[in-house]
Amino acid sequence: MYRSLSIDPDKCTGCLQCEMACSYEYEGVFNPAHSRIKVFTFHQEGRFVPYTCTQCADAWCQHACPVDAIRVDAETGAKEIKENLCVGCKVCTIACPFGTVNYNHDRGKVLKCDLCGGDPACARACPTQAITYVDGDWAGYEKMRAWAARTDNATHA
Amino acid sequence: MRHVIVGRGPAGVVAAETLRAHDRASEVLLIGDEPGPAYSRMAIPYLLARQIREEGTWLRHDTTHFERQRVGQLETRVEALNAESKTLALANGTTLDYDRLLLATGSSPVDPPIEGVDLPRVHHCWTLEDAHHIMESAEAGSRVVLMGAGFIGCIIMEALKLRGVRLTVVEAGDRMVPRMMDQVAGNLIKQWCIDQGIEVCTSTRITRIEPGDEGLWLHCEPGEPMQADLVVVATGVRPNVGFLQESGVEIGNGIRVDAHQRSSVDDVYAAGDVCEGASWQGGRGVHAIQPMAVETARVAALNMVGREATHVGSLDMNVLDTLGLISVSYGQWMGVEGGDSASLLDERSGRYVKLRFDGDHLIGGITLGITEHVGALRGLIQSRRHLGVWKKHLMENPTRFMEAWVSTVP
Amino acid sequence: MGWQKKILRVNLTEGTCISEPLDMGWANEYLGQRGLATKYLVEEVDPKVDPLSPENKLIFATGPLTGTPASTGARYSVITKGALTGAIACSNSGGYFGAELKFAGWDMIIFEGCAEKPVYLYINDDQAELLPADDLWGKSVWETDEILHRVHQDPQLRISAIGRAGEKGVLYACIVNDLHRAAGRSGVGAVMGSKNLKAVAVRGTKGVRVADPERFLKVVAEKKQVLAENAVTGQGLPAYGTQVLMNVINELGALPTRNARDVQFEGASRISGEAMHEPRGSEQKPNLVTNQACFGCTIACGRISRIDKGHYTVVNRPEYWGASGGLEYENAWSLGADCGVEDLDALTWANFVCNEQGLDPISFGATLAAAMELYETGVITDEDTGGIALKFGSAEALTSMVQQVANGEGFGRELALGSRRLCEKYGHPELSMTVKGQEFPAYDPRGIQGMGLTYATSNRGACHLRSYTVSSEVLGIPEKTDPLVTDGKPALVKAFQDVTATVDASGLCLFSTFAWSLEDIQPQIDAACEGDWSLDRLLEMGERIWNLERQFNIAAGFTGKDDRLPKRLVSEPVKSGPAKGLVNQLDKMLPEYYQLRGWDEGGVPREETLERLGL
Repeated sequence: MYRSLSIDPDKCTGCLQCEMACSYEYEGVFNPAHSRIKVFTFHQEGRFVPYTCTQCADAWCQHACPVDAIRVDAETGAKEIKENLCVGCKVCTIACPFGTVNYNHDRGKVLKCDLCGGDPACARACPTQAITYVDGDWAGYEKMRAWAARTDNATHA
Repeated sequence: MRHVIVGRGPAGVVAAETLRAHDRASEVLLIGDEPGPAYSRMAIPYLLARQIREEGTWLRHDTTHFERQRVGQLETRVEALNAESKTLALANGTTLDYDRLLLATGSSPVDPPIEGVDLPRVHHCWTLEDAHHIMESAEAGSRVVLMGAGFIGCIIMEALKLRGVRLTVVEAGDRMVPRMMDQVAGNLIKQWCIDQGIEVCTSTRITRIEPGDEGLWLHCEPGEPMQADLVVVATGVRPNVGFLQESGVEIGNGIRVDAHQRSSVDDVYAAGDVCEGASWQGGRGVHAIQPMAVETARVAALNMVGREATHVGSLDMNVLDTLGLISVSYGQWMGVEGGDSASLLDERSGRYVKLRFDGDHLIGGITLGITEHVGALRGLIQSRRHLGVWKKHLMENPTRFMEAWVSTVP
Repeated sequence: MGWQKKILRVNLTEGTCISEPLDMGWANEYLGQRGLATKYLVEEVDPKVDPLSPENKLIFATGPLTGTPASTGARYSVITKGALTGAIACSNSGGYFGAELKFAGWDMIIFEGCAEKPVYLYINDDQAELLPADDLWGKSVWETDEILHRVHQDPQLRISAIGRAGEKGVLYACIVNDLHRAAGRSGVGAVMGSKNLKAVAVRGTKGVRVADPERFLKVVAEKKQVLAENAVTGQGLPAYGTQVLMNVINELGALPTRNARDVQFEGASRISGEAMHEPRGSEQKPNLVTNQACFGCTIACGRISRIDKGHYTVVNRPEYWGASGGLEYENAWSLGADCGVEDLDALTWANFVCNEQGLDPISFGATLAAAMELYETGVITDEDTGGIALKFGSAEALTSMVQQVANGEGFGRELALGSRRLCEKYGHPELSMTVKGQEFPAYDPRGIQGMGLTYATSNRGACHLRSYTVSSEVLGIPEKTDPLVTDGKPALVKAFQDVTATVDASGLCLFSTFAWSLEDIQPQIDAACEGDWSLDRLLEMGERIWNLERQFNIAAGFTGKDDRLPKRLVSEPVKSGPAKGLVNQLDKMLPEYYQLRGWDEGGVPREETLERLGL
């Protein structure tokens, strides 16, 4: 059973330590613009929701890639971008309905969460345990629905 | 049991893998009529731009992949289908039996009906072979005319420009990429291209091509004739269904399939660019786009092994990089009667976003110069999500679609 | 590294945006943010200029730790000659704007001149341009934020702006970023408004690098742990914010109440941090929705609050129903205790309006408190106020006056002058609770003696953030001193002032120092920045910054005579609480302070002091 990122928006304070940690892991620079996890702020509700790829079992991005550049890491189950193969066509960015695969203009490649090879930097950096890396198959759409549901007060406000 | 797949593009390859994943025992045979490993047409522009080598276009990089998957490969052309006898007539004169057949033959470029389109130095940009021809002819300084500013035309523009050619684009429609961009976005892309030093003629037809002493002469309507060393034709594609004429398989704009990707004939399925199936918004259509090719292929393959799977209808989606200006379109970006529309335009920075609604559902959209989280537009459209108060927020500021997505998952 | 080594010089008169290399010689002397920007200001601006003239400059400056994972590394400062004070102004803000400016590749922006018509600055990494703001002029900070996000089609844009208060020249107008974080004090927003500069909108995608990333990340992780394990930064501030102090300071008899006539407020518990957790009103929900961190902050003391929908301030005004920046201690005091108002929702609403329109709530509340005293003594009449009874305790007076000031209407135009000018105008300068023209904040120096010296000597006018001796005198950080005595306070104040100047030059938040000493901060700076940043060097730098600010003020015309407290604090004994019978004994502290500083009896730095500090 793979481990997965578990996100509890109720604990998030919006400090963006996760975004800095992620971008540093990715390119050795503190640069939230290139973070693969993003904290969304719902100011009127006072809510902060970290959001990233849940490594869905049947990955839209992976299926859509025309050059086989998205691979499953056997250890972690993460869908990883192979930068040497990615041609930057961006088809995966429109295929992923979660909006969690993004194009990096500077590198001409796409970027997405790869679970840092099994030790996610975002979870390590989070000061409030809003992001944790847990045992069990948390990934996939059902789980994502469950935690994203906690932002739903906007629809009734 | 023998599964036969005709066509080695993304749909064929994904179908073969899906069949194997769910059926360890049966024979899976993949037929293609181009030499070399299965490759992706999507990658050709990057090959032209010298960003990748030919291996970079391969659909699967592990050369033993199909062998390990126990997927047989046959390089030949299928001439005809006999559904009665469940056989295929092959170009090498033999016949091949199948138990279940998937037609994933894709599409081919259309020649415009004009004189001179068969001259040397007039090429499509569709196959690897086409790409080789273009690479031979498109040298720095040479005059290249691109016929058609559709998706394919735009995507190879950068490759041509990087090769240092003098480029002219001629498009019959009144804007660039008319089939995936509205007037505003199409014109922004046009201006962007002009700013990058490309000559763009919209609402212009090439009526005739004739050989001259120094290259080709292209006669235009309206406008003066122009000279070119190379003409690249990218005026549209159509499904490869010619070999099915006597087969009894029902053909509309493509092979007509039901929600399980079944054709009108038992045990014959179709997927990818060749099929005409249900559209997301209702009705039917040919959806010649990569994500839908692989999704229909998976549905077809699952049904072929007896696992019921349904394709809910193809949602149009495109992403296009025109010399660094990235545009995205989804679904019914042209809108529906009575539906609301929200848009923002910043001509100065070349940013544009337009969302289309039906009631409080998002049904389509266009972005230009915006790439962050665009996939969420698909999520919002395809989950048929009630937007609630986010309808109002999006009407006020349509760039907030990712927040709407994160906030409205039920 | 740590620095981007690049500054953006924006000439508003010419309409130009020019990139310049950061003067690394100065960076080595002044580190960044408060220190470095002060150096630029001193070098470039005649201290005698009219703060609201085109000759004044306005500097937005980050520190080397801004935009790094060093906890609390969110800060930027606005440095200029203050509109309220005429002294050097340095107002520090958190939120996300400062880090974003850094990510765009800039350490600092220097605005000079004055635009002919309203403009805003748009920065997208290297691209920086002035764009017309005619459509934004007259809009609130919140509207401006919304419009700019829409116009630039970028949800990630970070915006710092003035509201109507800054446009109209309210002398304590502030600059608000990220909707409710503010460079609050000394009228920096009025300076911005005088330049016809409405907003700065930034998007940065270049990121920040540090000199020794491995060492940096290691020490940063260790120091985050220190914050997490500390009672104040790990528990008190996240749970109650700075409002953790309301009941504490009230019990100590150091809560200036009703324009500092009293030092204890009978309604304190109803406007305290604890009260913000209690269900109340028609909805029976607490005022506090959540806490929020600034960029990179692992303390997260920020308050996000909602006003009860049944409260009179928001009936039929859904634009105020959502959550926004709630009461911090200083604001709850100025709008609450100092005006005698104990209606938590009225305070929250007034605070919202201060954020929305760009007003410093400390100066606004304290000015209103002075006006209330003038009203109650009959100096100001209903005729002056347009019939609004400015009585202590009146929530209606508070909420109507905050709007009038923001809109430049009615008696609000008088209140817009600040307490000193208002009281002078009505012939009672002694009722102005100000030093160097700036209203003092939420600690009564008669109950916390060190704060008297703090206010009197603060370079930007009365302020708690220049030497927060409350730490020591009340909270016992780093060690407890008796708040009622003056012994040792000059040295304490000097030490706090110097360390604070260093922290303010780094990009870190002063609140980190509830848990961190300079020994905790030094290795973070040292790992992030090139060169050897020893403790001694940092301490000396703090002292250098302090003296440079002092020199600016002296050149601007300030003397030792301006290091004075309002008469009330030194002559009217406290009526209740532990400090009953006491006044502030500034006279006992000031000479010793000058001496410790190496200044002469008139408060002027001696030649050898300046030499020692390389000034």
